[in-house]
Amino acid sequence: MTRSIVVVSGGLSNPSSTRLLADQLATATDVALRGQGDAADLRVIELRELAHPLADHLLTGFPTGALAEAIEAVRHADGLIVVTPVFSASYSGLFKMFFDVLGPDLLRGKPVLLAATAGTARHSLVLEHALRPLFSYLRAITVPTAVFAATEDFGGARSADFSERIATAATELADLVVGSPRAVPEDPFDNVTPFDKLLKG
Amino acid sequence: MQFGIFTVGDVTTDPTTGRTPTEHERIKATVEIAKKAEEIGLDVVAFGQHHNPPFSASSPTTTMGYVAAQTSKILLSTATTLITTTDPVRIAEDYAQLQHLADGRVDLMLGRGNTGPVYPWFGKDIRDGIALAVENYALLRRLWDEEVVTWDGKFRTPLQGFTSTPRPLDGVAPFVWHGSIRSPEIAEQAAYYGDGFFSNHIFWPASHTQQMVALYRRRFEHYGHGTADQAIVGLGGQVYMARNSQDAIAEFRPYFDVAPVYGHGPSLEDFMESTPLTVGSPQQVIERTLGFREYVGDYQRQLFLMDHAGLPLSSVLKQLDLLGNEVVPVLRKEFAALRGPGVPDAPTHESLLAARISESVPA
Repeated sequence: MTRSIVVVSGGLSNPSSTRLLADQLATATDVALRGQGDAADLRVIELRELAHPLADHLLTGFPTGALAEAIEAVRHADGLIVVTPVFSASYSGLFKMFFDVLGPDLLRGKPVLLAATAGTARHSLVLEHALRPLFSYLRAITVPTAVFAATEDFGGARSADFSERIATAATELADLVVGSPRAVPEDPFDNVTPFDKLLKG
Repeated sequence: MQFGIFTVGDVTTDPTTGRTPTEHERIKATVEIAKKAEEIGLDVVAFGQHHNPPFSASSPTTTMGYVAAQTSKILLSTATTLITTTDPVRIAEDYAQLQHLADGRVDLMLGRGNTGPVYPWFGKDIRDGIALAVENYALLRRLWDEEVVTWDGKFRTPLQGFTSTPRPLDGVAPFVWHGSIRSPEIAEQAAYYGDGFFSNHIFWPASHTQQMVALYRRRFEHYGHGTADQAIVGLGGQVYMARNSQDAIAEFRPYFDVAPVYGHGPSLEDFMESTPLTVGSPQQVIERTLGFREYVGDYQRQLFLMDHAGLPLSSVLKQLDLLGNEVVPVLRKEFAALRGPGVPDAPTHESLLAARISESVPA
């Protein structure tokens, strides 16, 4: 079975270490899904490209073009990998904007792998103090292992540990995706509440 | 098909001059605009109801009564009457009174209102918005349709043997439209009662309108009021015109760029593409407007927003001349030619009265 995995990358520079981590997590998830006899259909959403449509959405209340497509991709995703750079001890504003405009029910029941990057490992608990509460609020199922990458993790003596964390998180995501029912949110226009029921309050 | 305008009643600074009209000027300008609408041959003018600055339109029936006295043909409606925070007893009374004064030239469009603090100012809670719209309208219906009402509900004090006065003109309540942008419950409500459904349409992508109207039509048929294509649909529209489309864009852009609701956001060009806003020549407005029926089907009422974002009265009156002389006559002809068989007109006091009389006469 092909599983739709949407990767949301909040990196701003190009090349970006956030995107580098996102790609490694995506590849590891693909490997983990194949290990279970499934395949991954990976789609990467670069938030940098959506910065203007996101600002417009905040002002007009509706998405256009590539942003509307990105939101639809999330709606139909079987699982998400979300990666943000750390700005001022939290996720970036751009990253938050994307999840602000998704609406309260779009992520309900979807497995989400949390990840973040920063220049120093001192920020690593941003994953637990900022990202996990955000996705709990959105009723997503967060993967137990979240992945933090400081610059030093991309090389050096401990980088094998880092690869291990990526593989662990990806395996956990794959397990949740394979084990969850397809969580495409209901369209309220398909199943309207009959008026008799509305009248009863 | 009916053509008209709807006004919000916002007091907004003209960004090209920096001048802000006084409330008095804005209220008087609204009356001028309504009189002009009749003069150029429009069928409907609709007034807003708001209870917070920068609006100067808290009492639509007062304005409508004043306009009714100075006009003779145009139908007066609302955009919208707040069904959530206005006591349904007052709505029943005010609009029946207005019906008598205006000799039946009255209908109304109900809306919920999306300004949070207005609800507590009137003792309500915005989280009850849908429930308020449902219960209040159920009561309003009974107050108009039944002579003596005994009623008990969640949101207002009970009524014991209450008669709403004056009774509706000729025993026929004003026709009701339900307006909503994205709430399927309101399309369902309009369908349940066989009332009209109005999609604001402007400021939003056409896909919202298409989805809501399709749901309303489907459920209208489900509730046995007729076939889906006989449901009563109204749409908003927003235009700014000049003979030459480049002039229209140059003139409107300073207003667009800082307008309430969508200003400081997308470009004029992007917004024209993603919403029904049309800034251009009268011919472009005609073509765009005719295109609306492609995604909602044949419909009964088209209202245009002409007077917001700080446009001065003189510009609005010029816009109305173009609308009345060059756009609406063509739209009337073209829509009539395209219209499918069996599609009804929007109900009026006369048609509702005639239907009532024919019902009471045994065949």
